[in-house]
Amino acid sequence: MQKTISMPNVNLPQSEQRSSALKPIGLGLLIAAAYFIAIPLVFGANGYLLNVFTTMAAVSFISFGVWLTFAIGRINLAQAGFALIGAYVTAILVSRLGVSFWICLPLSGAVAALLGGLIGWPVLRLKGVYFAMITLCITEACRLTALSFPALTRGAQGIVDLPLPGELSLFGLTIIPAFEKGARLPFFYLAGTLMLLGLGFMWLLDTSRVGAVFRSLRQNEDLASSLGINVAKYRVVAFMVSCFYAGVGGAFFATLQQNVYPTTFQVLDSVYFMVYCFVGGLEFVIGPLVGALVMMSSFELLHEFQRYQTVIFSGLMILCILLMPNGILSVVKRSGKPEEATNA
Amino acid sequence: MTQVMLNALVVGTTYALIALGITIIFSIMKVVNFAHGQLYMIGGFVVYYFNVVFGLPFWFGLVMSFLIVGLLGVAMELFLFRPVMLRVKREEVTMLLAMGTAVFLESLALIVFGEKQRGVPPIATGIVELFGARLPTGRIVVIVVAAMLIAALMAFIGYTKTGRALRAMAQDREATALQGVNLKWLSAMGFGLGTGLAGLSGGLLVAIFAVHTGAGTAISIKAFLMIMIGGAGVLSGAILGGFVLGFLESVGYALLPGSLTFLIIFLIVICFLIVRPNGIMGKPWG
Repeated sequence: MQKTISMPNVNLPQSEQRSSALKPIGLGLLIAAAYFIAIPLVFGANGYLLNVFTTMAAVSFISFGVWLTFAIGRINLAQAGFALIGAYVTAILVSRLGVSFWICLPLSGAVAALLGGLIGWPVLRLKGVYFAMITLCITEACRLTALSFPALTRGAQGIVDLPLPGELSLFGLTIIPAFEKGARLPFFYLAGTLMLLGLGFMWLLDTSRVGAVFRSLRQNEDLASSLGINVAKYRVVAFMVSCFYAGVGGAFFATLQQNVYPTTFQVLDSVYFMVYCFVGGLEFVIGPLVGALVMMSSFELLHEFQRYQTVIFSGLMILCILLMPNGILSVVKRSGKPEEATNA
Repeated sequence: MTQVMLNALVVGTTYALIALGITIIFSIMKVVNFAHGQLYMIGGFVVYYFNVVFGLPFWFGLVMSFLIVGLLGVAMELFLFRPVMLRVKREEVTMLLAMGTAVFLESLALIVFGEKQRGVPPIATGIVELFGARLPTGRIVVIVVAAMLIAALMAFIGYTKTGRALRAMAQDREATALQGVNLKWLSAMGFGLGTGLAGLSGGLLVAIFAVHTGAGTAISIKAFLMIMIGGAGVLSGAILGGFVLGFLESVGYALLPGSLTFLIIFLIVICFLIVRPNGIMGKPWG
């Protein structure tokens, strides 16, 4: 029954989509090669730069989640809040109960997704600015929760001195050796793996039927529900996937920094995750990655300006929006070939 | 309890002023001004500089806070929001632009004004007893001034020609333009009026609470709470939202430890929005 429904926007480029499937896969391999081979070869000796790339990969991983909520037509500013939840789940489990990091990582995502589902079910009824404002409040509420229950979260002192990830072994076979103190490469590879898995899953989701359903939610929820789509179910699923990304990313950052404070993820981080999606371009799965790459490397390049760094950075951000209101990739696309019938 | 109610009144009137500013901008431009708290903070610093650094009267500083922050708003509308709104495919971009402006203003303020908390000398001395509760005279002055400003603003929007044009533009831009109203001038002025109110409330509250460069985000979040409670885009809703938040906050601070108050307020607002997604007074927006 459901299979016979043809969405207004997928019936057009059906054949085109299949033939061009090679291009995204090629692009993915190119990114993987650049990240796993080229960067360690060129910058391998520079620990600081490796850290920057690690952060960039993990941040774009979290931003993929924001991108997905954009795909269903919601402006999600709760991402930092759910990242904080993920970070605390890992920190508490690792430090109090001694659970292995490799179990905590997916578990943090699952907890964040579960909470996201619970909160998202009622909150997703709101649209537009209301949703943006309420999700901003959720981020702030997460910070206050961490502050208000010191018995569990140790309040403003934060949970510090988290152990590094131990070895991951299956049937006595070591798959990933234990992380050594001070070694940056393991975290670098872990962040890259997360990023590529996240990107790959987003791409699969976006090109599948579910992706078309998500886009239809953005265009017109009433019309989508008239076609027999369970709107409430799909938007909660999209939000939960987004929260899963946030939770896993938060757990990664908690372990990378070996500590977590209520201010580890705050409203400004939510804004930045959104900025990365925008700067890259909302019509492209790879947008958050491009945005994070451009914005974070320009932030690092401005490092010399010391205390003027943030001013110049935000000034550039405003300039970026002024000159390219539809994202960097939209400019690249326009110069490459004439404007296609986009889904927007 | 009377004491708590009086505190709620002090906070409520100034909050209403903040909420009115953000509502004016939202209703005429359909932009949520995420930089509102930062403009509030700048208003506070303007008063501090005129009053403490230059040694001029507090009231002169207050007028200047309205003018300077208002002009800042006009510039924001002319050079940032207008060109972007003409060209974007998705309206969310204007929201992002407002956030970028917020970060920019805050980091700029950190360089210009420094990190220290700044306050002004009390605007009035003495304590007044009211219904068995004691209230510093300065706070009563703030209530009266804020209430007068709200009344003046409502009269301006309700009864003057410009106010009528603003209301018409909030309802239907094209129909207003057809009536011969100069929309370009009017939307810049409306934006400036909204930001000016943020500056004014910042300048007024600096007489009670000290201001620091990081105060913006918290004020913005409070402003969002107020317009979510009252209903976005409705002036009476903004005033109501301001008083409701002021009341909840004062009661919460009197009964609960610090950070728990706002956590509970957030939960109340989320639950409230499930029942009434458009706030108390709000109409459904597309």
